Amino acid sequence: MSDEKAVTIPAQSEGEDRTGGEVLLKVTGLQKHFPIKKGLLQRQVGAVHAVDGLDFEVRSGETLGVVGESGCGKSTMGRLITRLLEPTGGKVEFQGKDITHLGVAGMRPLRRDVQMIFQDPYSSLNPRHTIGTIIGAPFKLQGVEPEGGIKKEVQRLLSVVGLNPEHYNRYPHEFSGGQRQRIGIARALALNPKLVVADEPVSALDVSIQAQVVNLLDDLQEELGLTYVIIAHDLSVVRHVSDRIAVMYLGKIVELADRDLLYKSPMHPYTKALMSAVPIPDPRRKNAKSERILLKGDVPSPISPPSGCRFHTRCWKATEICKTTEPKLIELRPGQQVACHHPENFADQAPQDTVLLTAAKEAAELVADEVLAESAETSAAVAAEVEAAAEAAEEVEAAAETEAAKGTKAPKETQVTKEADEK
Amino acid sequence: MTELSKTGAAVGEPTGASPAPTSFLEVRDLKVHFPTDDGLVKSVDGLSFQLEKGKTLGIVGESGSGKSVTSLGIMGLHTAGQYGKRKAQISGEIWLDGTELLSADPDHVRKLRGREMAMIFQDPLSALHPYYTIGQQIVEAYRIHHDVDKKTARRRAVEMLDRVGIPQPDKRVDNYPHEFSGGMRQRAMIAMSLVNNPELLIADEPTTALDVTVQAQILDLIRDLQKEFGSAVIVITHDLGVVAELADDILVMYGGRCVERGPAEKVFYEPRHPYTWGLLGSMPRLDREQQERLIPVKGSPPSLINVPSGCAFNPRCPYADLPKDDVTRTVRPELAEVGSRHWAACHLSKEQRERIWTEEIAPKL
Amino acid sequence: MLAYLIRRLFAAAVMLVVIIMVVFGIFFLVPKWAGVDIALSFVGKQADPAAIEGVRQKLGLGDPIYAQVWEFFKGIFAGRTYTGGGDTIHCSAPCFGYSFRSEQAVWPVLTDRFPVTLGLALGAAVLWLVLGVAAGVLSALKRGSLWDRGAMVVALAGVSLPIYFTGMLSLAIFAYGLNWIDAQYVPLEDSFGGWFGGMILPWITLAFLYAAMYARITRATMMEILGEDYIRTARAKGLKEQTVIGKHAMRSTMTPILTMLGMDLGALIGGAILTESTFNLPGLGRAVLDAIRNQDLPIIVGVTLITSLAVLFANLVVDILYAVIDPRVRLS
Repeated sequence: MSDEKAVTIPAQSEGEDRTGGEVLLKVTGLQKHFPIKKGLLQRQVGAVHAVDGLDFEVRSGETLGVVGESGCGKSTMGRLITRLLEPTGGKVEFQGKDITHLGVAGMRPLRRDVQMIFQDPYSSLNPRHTIGTIIGAPFKLQGVEPEGGIKKEVQRLLSVVGLNPEHYNRYPHEFSGGQRQRIGIARALALNPKLVVADEPVSALDVSIQAQVVNLLDDLQEELGLTYVIIAHDLSVVRHVSDRIAVMYLGKIVELADRDLLYKSPMHPYTKALMSAVPIPDPRRKNAKSERILLKGDVPSPISPPSGCRFHTRCWKATEICKTTEPKLIELRPGQQVACHHPENFADQAPQDTVLLTAAKEAAELVADEVLAESAETSAAVAAEVEAAAEAAEEVEAAAETEAAKGTKAPKETQVTKEADEK
Repeated sequence: MTELSKTGAAVGEPTGASPAPTSFLEVRDLKVHFPTDDGLVKSVDGLSFQLEKGKTLGIVGESGSGKSVTSLGIMGLHTAGQYGKRKAQISGEIWLDGTELLSADPDHVRKLRGREMAMIFQDPLSALHPYYTIGQQIVEAYRIHHDVDKKTARRRAVEMLDRVGIPQPDKRVDNYPHEFSGGMRQRAMIAMSLVNNPELLIADEPTTALDVTVQAQILDLIRDLQKEFGSAVIVITHDLGVVAELADDILVMYGGRCVERGPAEKVFYEPRHPYTWGLLGSMPRLDREQQERLIPVKGSPPSLINVPSGCAFNPRCPYADLPKDDVTRTVRPELAEVGSRHWAACHLSKEQRERIWTEEIAPKL
Repeated sequence: MLAYLIRRLFAAAVMLVVIIMVVFGIFFLVPKWAGVDIALSFVGKQADPAAIEGVRQKLGLGDPIYAQVWEFFKGIFAGRTYTGGGDTIHCSAPCFGYSFRSEQAVWPVLTDRFPVTLGLALGAAVLWLVLGVAAGVLSALKRGSLWDRGAMVVALAGVSLPIYFTGMLSLAIFAYGLNWIDAQYVPLEDSFGGWFGGMILPWITLAFLYAAMYARITRATMMEILGEDYIRTARAKGLKEQTVIGKHAMRSTMTPILTMLGMDLGALIGGAILTESTFNLPGLGRAVLDAIRNQDLPIIVGVTLITSLAVLFANLVVDILYAVIDPRVRLS
């Protein structure tokens, strides 16, 4: 298995065109705080820091996956970039245009370009309207008259999403969950959008139907050149659909990386824990649970998020600096941005700070020794390598850059050391 | 219905007049039907299985496959909340530790509930009464079956909360469910269901409403507790990952019936039913190389009122035309042994299935 | 919990002030804008201009509006003094003014009549709660049965038949036809038996209407609650069905019923006009009916304020009970 991994890294990275499209959506310092009112006069006593400073870009033609647990702000983020919510701070730019505080009228032309698909195919369709009316509504709202009339266009859309065009006059309750999600997708596609934001598009569906919808989203992207932001809690679904993935924790992006880098060598401890927590559908691994990192307790409240690095209360690597200084989201390796002082699979960013917090010691008890040892060795290896690279001349750097374009050097090395450990 | 009971009578083991329970839990030809305005909903239609103490059975299926109704049937809760004329109809046999539950006195079954057999539900927020404290609810569960005073019961509640990993259990015992986080609530739910040391624990989608990292904690907890208490566990889920983590045996349900049953390893590595293949192919997997495309099952799950004739899976099965004489559409396939302790209900010949699995399906997963 | 309580109380106080202002506006300002002279309706059309001027001075009708509002408030909370037309009358708090017709102070009129209405409302409430909730629960448990259908038909009749119809009918049958009861109001102080006898038909008539509504609400709520997951959990614990329904389901079912009860009681205390006039009970409802007929403004204002106060108070009680029943309310 590990052999396969090592072989396919360059192959897969080649297939990806990270730098391909222009920047379609640019988000800087995005914030959304929901006020909490309390007391006699209902004064604002605090705020839910749902989204607390996000920076990312979505390039045209790619799929950005956003994962995180409940309360991490991923859905709020989706509603902010589609401007269904008004941001508290920061900036959202779509195709270079600042849309952060556009009003309803200002957003209208943009509504054609940015569409949203919702989680619940049961409640997001009006039960009193035929699906013809539902899918045709965007045309009427935008005052667009498609070629050949709305009806014909709606029927075309129905066949695009794999529904029978003759079902134009049926009502939502006559369709199954999977079909309703297809209706939702058809509605989103009606005006030929550039960006589609899908919030948990498949989580309400059965496994066999999930795959149908995932494949449909794939096909549509290929045919129509769509750009997706797909928000989901299911890491395997996100890996399947995304080119790049942002991992969110308590309103922040803790890691933003190309898919394969993220899954093969996650740098943020949270990413690592999150991935190791996914139950693997393989009974032979049932008794080999040592790789699993069990996190202590629950996600803290977004009302008063922990100081410094928000993950420090549950992290087994947390030191004093994690408590006091918030780590910046920086690109440690081409294609992989991480906000962590003590990343996994990479050189320690704060090597001088070695004393673990008490909470971290408790957390570490839940993590198997092998995992800790492996992570320490990997980090040491990368540290040595980084040092060596720094000593080398500029030409090496230039070479590394060309490497970065296709595969990046670091992950391969990490992978090698990892394999060595496993053996 | 009459026609079905004829065909359904021979699922798996011989049934009927042979009351010889060898297993701790043995379900024979269980049928649970609900009369509705639109017709008879055959939620469970001839299901048989056994389970030993200390073992875990995973029941896998999609929504409407009958997996939850099966668990309610075992608990005797299939008619619960159904006031009025249209009650669920149940038939078959359920043997729990030598007692047949369906023919037993309902009050006797009630006394077994919570003591011999307990249940964990999917959404701990809605499954706990919002107006009572966690402690009150656990105390109540204990005192139904134990004649002790409130103080003793409370001590027991605190002890259980501590056992399931709730910090400061002596304080949290007085909290209301809404003051707990999702993971804590499910822990409390587990504490409540285990307070009487039940021998059979049914967990219906125990982690579906939880986050991944919390799910990992809860799965870990269930595994530990089973080792400690040695009870028989039935885990009902749609998530193949969860069953792979917990189950010794797996039962795959489709359209109210079992389509495949066997040891977990067999069902994952040598599945012998096209629906099981479909489930495996539909699921993106983190432990494998990125699949180019998922292999979905076409169509939608069947209506339980008009279950397709023949094999219920035939309208969605890519191989439905392989067997001769259209048998897939006319004859209902019975569970047949395909390996040791491994059964599947399919009209394809054993050789055909072996070939399709090894040549067509397995390489794509 | 305490903060919740204080907030509720504070909100109630603010509401009270708003209500008083609105009532003042409706009864004193609107007629003024409409060109009706209140002083004139006090003294009568044939009165001499000096008397009218005296009344105008007494009531302060010539003063600026803010001064009038202030006097009105002051009267209610501290008492006020009417000066003008050569004499001075002190009206102690709570002062709602003097009746135009009988020239009696309004407050004693209200306090005289209040016990009648309170007795009517409370007695009927006990009746309808017991009957309505019991019928509703039974209906929910025997869904679709003959009992359920029968009860719901009766409930529908109860909701749709007007009080004066059912009231007259009951009077005709039980009081005049069968002669079982003497349908005369007797004050409680005079004789308990007489009071009870006089109240029993009004209670039943009023309770019939409300019991019907409560039965329907109880049935619907109970059916919904019985489908809740936590009810299934209660059963899975091995609880007896009686405990499941009597303890777990009932507590949740009571929440919406309590809300309704608060509103209904509040409104009824302000006067069950139809019931009181049908049965000729000297309650607030009768008082306001007579006052309207006589254009006796101060009485109408007084009853309106008392009604608002009662609704406000009842709601406050409900809010507090709510917090006692549902722990989630205490936090938010």
